[in-house]
Amino acid sequence: MRSFRGGAHPEEHKLATRFRPIKRAATPQRVVIPMQQHIGAPCEPLVKKGDQVGVGQKIGDADAFVSAPVHSSVSGKVVAIEPYPHPLRRQVLSVVIEADKDDQRFEPKGPNDWFELSPDQIRQKIREAGLVGLGGAAFPTHVKLSPPKGKPIDTVIINGCECEPYLTCDHRLMLEQPGEIVEGARIILKAVKATKAYIGIESNKPDAIALMRKTAEPDIEVVVLKCKYPQGAEKQLIKAILDREVPSGGLPFDVGVLVQNVGTTRAIRDAVVEDKPLIERVITVTGSGIRYPANLRVRIGTLLSDLIEECGGVMNNPSKVIMGGPMMGLAQFTLDVPVIKGTSGVLVLSHEEAMLEEPKACISCAKCVDGCPAYLLPALLGKYAEKGRFEDCERYGVMDCIECGVCSYICPARRPLVQLIKLAKAEITKRQK
Amino acid sequence: MQQQRVVVSVSPHIVTSVTVSRLMYMVVLALIPAAAVSLYFFRLKAALLITICVITALLTEALLQKARGKAITVDDGSALLTGLLLALNLPPSMPLWAAILGTVVAIGLGKQIFGGLGYNIFNPALVGRAFLSATFPVLMTTWTRPLAWSRLPVDATTVATPLGLMKFEHFRTSYLKLLEGNVSGSLGETSVVALVIGASYLLIKGYMDWRTPLSYLGTVALFGGVFWLINPHRYPDPLFHLLAGGLMLGALFMATDPVTTPITKAGRWVFGLGAGLIVVVIRLWGGLPEGVAYSILFMNGVTPLINRYTRPRRFGEVRRHA
Repeated sequence: MRSFRGGAHPEEHKLATRFRPIKRAATPQRVVIPMQQHIGAPCEPLVKKGDQVGVGQKIGDADAFVSAPVHSSVSGKVVAIEPYPHPLRRQVLSVVIEADKDDQRFEPKGPNDWFELSPDQIRQKIREAGLVGLGGAAFPTHVKLSPPKGKPIDTVIINGCECEPYLTCDHRLMLEQPGEIVEGARIILKAVKATKAYIGIESNKPDAIALMRKTAEPDIEVVVLKCKYPQGAEKQLIKAILDREVPSGGLPFDVGVLVQNVGTTRAIRDAVVEDKPLIERVITVTGSGIRYPANLRVRIGTLLSDLIEECGGVMNNPSKVIMGGPMMGLAQFTLDVPVIKGTSGVLVLSHEEAMLEEPKACISCAKCVDGCPAYLLPALLGKYAEKGRFEDCERYGVMDCIECGVCSYICPARRPLVQLIKLAKAEITKRQK
Repeated sequence: MQQQRVVVSVSPHIVTSVTVSRLMYMVVLALIPAAAVSLYFFRLKAALLITICVITALLTEALLQKARGKAITVDDGSALLTGLLLALNLPPSMPLWAAILGTVVAIGLGKQIFGGLGYNIFNPALVGRAFLSATFPVLMTTWTRPLAWSRLPVDATTVATPLGLMKFEHFRTSYLKLLEGNVSGSLGETSVVALVIGASYLLIKGYMDWRTPLSYLGTVALFGGVFWLINPHRYPDPLFHLLAGGLMLGALFMATDPVTTPITKAGRWVFGLGAGLIVVVIRLWGGLPEGVAYSILFMNGVTPLINRYTRPRRFGEVRRHA
């Protein structure tokens, strides 16, 4: 079975939701739409307080190329435009919309015959739909689909690994909408003029592998990958499927590859075929602190408190709320934050699970070295970072760290390795400015 | 929940169940077959030496930690492991007072003086052994016949170890005796079978890296084998090299001590290679019949250098002249 070198296999915890079909979450009374949900320039609001907005209406945009517009996920009235707590940042200018009673759904347009569209027209539709990578990084999709001149893309990889423990939203999507995902993959192939596409799925999803094979083959190949974190990390996925190594500091197009997550691929299909903007996404709400774990189709801007209410509330002395998966997700300090485009899961952990152990001295067991998918020496980087020796961190390749967290997860001395490494990276970036 | 206190920390939010102390206790567990064989062959004396070394190690660790004003962590299994390993490295005829002294040195000078677990440069048990070899060379090279202690209190007859017999009398002990451990030697080094059983468990569970033992044993077999091919009458064959003396105990349980060996994968190969060469050189041309302890201690000393010069290629790194 194909894979990459290194990694770890944390307990999966996917059973709570993997057999639960995707359910549409109730429309919240209020949504909070941050003007920045992506990597790149923030949007400027296009509406004013008091305006009536329709579902799918563009409410924020920016002129910058690396940016993505935002749309209203409900029909209703703008009640405020103000800084609001954000799941990834402190406060971000957000449009707060009070939903009206009729609970409108988005009316799909089209269907457009995408085969008649040029690559530029496809990218334009994707940009207008405000698409970003739904796997978590939230990089604007139209930018990713525009490789620089001289860097042609020959291969597209659709990422269905879902290697983060607990999360099952991509798995459910593959089971429930395989046709849309495959159509999205074909659209991507056309947009970047590539010839070959793969769908990479971890071996722990045999049902999804079988169904995607039936739907996608023969022109798109489904590749079974070893169930190992971080199998879904872009560079590791490319290495596993194609044995191409993205150069240090480079991007996948440097080796002629484009990677898109299955959720994004499905959204690309909707944007191109139905002119549907990114106003909702599938999220796994789970963890021992959630009464009824579920996979939900949620409107962007839904507050975490509403989402958790939808899942029957919390239990088991909940003590940690994580936006995303347990390996790379962000702990939240309030439930008064909205679901954004890059939110793949909401995880509530019990008191026991949330408690942190005291770090001990490194015993040089090198489990972090063996586990590091970037082939770094996390034990050493951690020691240098702790002493403030950031130049030494840089010399030992700290900037190549993908922040997957395997080193911290695997450390028997409980040393906060990836945390120290992130600190070193931030310090080095700051000094370079 | 809004009113509740929540934990906010940087990812990852989950952690493996393997802890430092679990690793230590697993190695202790893996040494039990070897310890059991030593109890069989050396009877009460083995029991006394093991008990006294373990108790001394735990007490020394606790007292020194208290003196240094540090948290007392004798329950982490590391001092227990050092005590046990040192006992298994002693000749059965070792007086108990000398064993106590060696253990105090192992924990004190081998470990605590550097700052405790994780900071020591040399394998603590081997520091204790080297100290005893230097201060009481006669005691450390007086070997007794296995099973002789059943006739306590009559003193056991002294004999040479298989390596000594080979070196000074060119007599080769049978492989079967070496495998089961029915030979003279340190408590825990004699039975290859018991050591391999314990180490296999660690390897299968992923608590031990296979590179260092493989490279160490392989180097001894190959390098020793070259001289055997040149002169089979004078030099022992590779299999004898592997089975006799403290090589198995050293390669499987001391060259694999994480703290004092390289963290890079290439470094682990280098460590085994270097230690293997030193063992063969000492065994064939040195003044002593055995050189495992010194080979590991020497390589411990150069481990920081090995780490430095074996930095792995980073993912996506293109090296010049590659």
